[in-house]
Amino acid sequence: MSTSGFSGLFLLRDRRIREVAYQVVCIAAVVAIGWYLFQNAAANLARQDIATGFDYLSREAGFIISETPIDYQPSDSYGRALLVGLLNTLTVALLAIVLGTVVGTLVGIARLSKNPLLSRLMLAYVEALRNVPLLLYLFLWYSAIIFTLPPVKQAIALLPGVFVSNSGLVVPAIVWHSGFWTVIAAIAAGVVAAFAWRTVATRRRIATGKAVPGWPVSLTLLVLPFVIAIAVFDIRFEFDWPELGRFRLTGGAHLKPEFVALLLGLTLSASATVAEIVRSGILAIGKGQREAAQALGLSSGRTMRLVILPQALRVIVPPLTNIYVTTFKNSSLAIAIGYPDLVMVSNTIMNQTGQAMEPIALFMLVYLGLSLATSLLMNWYNARVALQGR
Amino acid sequence: MSTMANSGEEQIAIRAPAQSGGLGASAYFGTPANTIVTLLCLALLALAAKVAVSWLVINAVFDGTPEDCKASVGACWPYLTAKLRYMLFGIYPFEEQWRPLTATALFILAITISCIPRLWSRWLLLGWVVLLPVLYLLMAGGAFGLAEVPTSQWGGLPLSFMLTFVGLVCALPLGILLALARLSNLPAIRILAVTFIELVRGVPLISILFMASVMLPLFMPDGVTIDKLLRAQVAIILFAAAYIAEIVRAGLQALPRGQTEAAQALGLHYWQYTFLVIIPQALKTVIPPLVSLFIGFFQDTTLVTIVGLLDFLNTVRTALRDPNWQGIAVLEGYLFAAAVYFVFSALMGAYSRFLEKHFRVGYD
Repeated sequence: MSTSGFSGLFLLRDRRIREVAYQVVCIAAVVAIGWYLFQNAAANLARQDIATGFDYLSREAGFIISETPIDYQPSDSYGRALLVGLLNTLTVALLAIVLGTVVGTLVGIARLSKNPLLSRLMLAYVEALRNVPLLLYLFLWYSAIIFTLPPVKQAIALLPGVFVSNSGLVVPAIVWHSGFWTVIAAIAAGVVAAFAWRTVATRRRIATGKAVPGWPVSLTLLVLPFVIAIAVFDIRFEFDWPELGRFRLTGGAHLKPEFVALLLGLTLSASATVAEIVRSGILAIGKGQREAAQALGLSSGRTMRLVILPQALRVIVPPLTNIYVTTFKNSSLAIAIGYPDLVMVSNTIMNQTGQAMEPIALFMLVYLGLSLATSLLMNWYNARVALQGR
Repeated sequence: MSTMANSGEEQIAIRAPAQSGGLGASAYFGTPANTIVTLLCLALLALAAKVAVSWLVINAVFDGTPEDCKASVGACWPYLTAKLRYMLFGIYPFEEQWRPLTATALFILAITISCIPRLWSRWLLLGWVVLLPVLYLLMAGGAFGLAEVPTSQWGGLPLSFMLTFVGLVCALPLGILLALARLSNLPAIRILAVTFIELVRGVPLISILFMASVMLPLFMPDGVTIDKLLRAQVAIILFAAAYIAEIVRAGLQALPRGQTEAAQALGLHYWQYTFLVIIPQALKTVIPPLVSLFIGFFQDTTLVTIVGLLDFLNTVRTALRDPNWQGIAVLEGYLFAAAVYFVFSALMGAYSRFLEKHFRVGYD
């Protein structure tokens, strides 16, 4: 005991000192490794004569991007090219999230059907999607479009005005004119008014105990501004219908095979997970809740809407957050089939400029930001639907 | 209860079991809506069966040349037989392909044996310690008269298995350490762990693979090169570790505090009680979610295709580029790959459900 007192090691007998020592060693190790890597990188970059920093963002890109939601020319800057990539990522991911949620919810409810045929069919759907890698599905859908569909001049009409061919999907497009902003504003006003009325009606019903007309008024409030806007501003909806000519399709909106394959793959993959989440959420609500609702005389639709779903949402929302974030991240697989998303544009920039670190850091930051933003939004919603303390 | 007691018959009537569904014809044709659902499902199934049979059998080409396949509208079976070995083993030297075959067979056998909880013991661990060098030797060669095969020629299914298995075996201890670090009382260690875990979980795997394949060489001192395969493997390990850490953390947090306190009362210090008392119990509870995670990682290894490694998906994909078969058997190739992934994933999924039943134990 007393001999070690002179070596200084006795200090490590004190738990607090030991804890501080552990942390100092840990941080020192991380800093040292980081410093070592940084030194190597700096030396390598200097030797290979690679520029550093974000100056490249303002230089001319000089490459073509096949899908541009905003104006973009090869003479534009790398920064704008990245913005195009980001918008493409957002477009496909958001669409996949919305469609995947709708399809997944339906499949999840159908999974619980009392009809064994339906529930097993849905089980097969979910299993087929969950047991095969998404990347493989992307390749499969993409090749199926490219190699098995007929060329444009023999395009198949799925529905009137919807054509598929090996160059993608052509759908009717609304001809945009400036008056549409009024219509969009009117729709938004209608939604707000309908929600407001619902809140007021519910409050009054609870306060007075008398039935207050709910949905007829809501529906009127929802539709009325829209109708007025169209009537007052004399807005006509013109559709650009695609037509099959002798050699090609004219008109309509053209969705390229890369986009269709990616959207299909992401949507299906998200829907399978959403289905499982919805199913387990509904199953998590005790049978007693359903029985109690039925005993009160609620119809099965109202039982679902007023009793089961509000409670199931509490179980469903947290994992749903995860699958939304996952869909965002999965959209980066676009590079495998050539859809110009953020990662693919970054990759092109990496190859052109020779700068690897900055583009990778940039898109990692974007995904990190998207993940965090989605989590925050969902947490806010989650707090709203959480059990209220009584 | 008491109000019902006076009329026994009524009570029996009330208690009569409701039609529970799933039994008999009423489950399919109970109500008009249900009948429509059943008929729609049957129609869908019939359609699917018709398409499948006509494509796989009736219109299929079973024996012939690429030209025969091109002329037919059905499946092209000769393609699978012609390209099977390439799809399974990639560009591994043709004469030596018995080696990856043996290695894969041994590996699958060993995994199957290891799946039986009754056989879990030190001996099994020892078996793996012996087996892994043997597998490596079979693949890499360079001793016992086996020709040397560089990792750049490894490919196909063995590579996919290897990336998954080595990835998980290395990621598991790392993930456990990260989970412990995240729950640590020491703020610096906790912050480091949280930063790493959230950073890795917040970005797509593909960006980490890009980092490993493009950026890692930049970080190495001049003259040091790391094998391409190893780089991807390291990326997968780091990625898996972050996800494993979160699952293990859930297991650690689910453990009653009394376990730690009892171990501390016995005089065990941190590392003793953590590895003798806490970790074994925490891991036991999280085995089912871990296995589900492993299925995901088996599928995620396909992403190395994007950075140019010849995993199973990529050998299937490059096989399609054979000039003789180009554009002829695309669906056949991908559907074959899908079937292989499906079988392995579904087996692991079934095993995960088995474990969930097996480990349904409480602590109290």
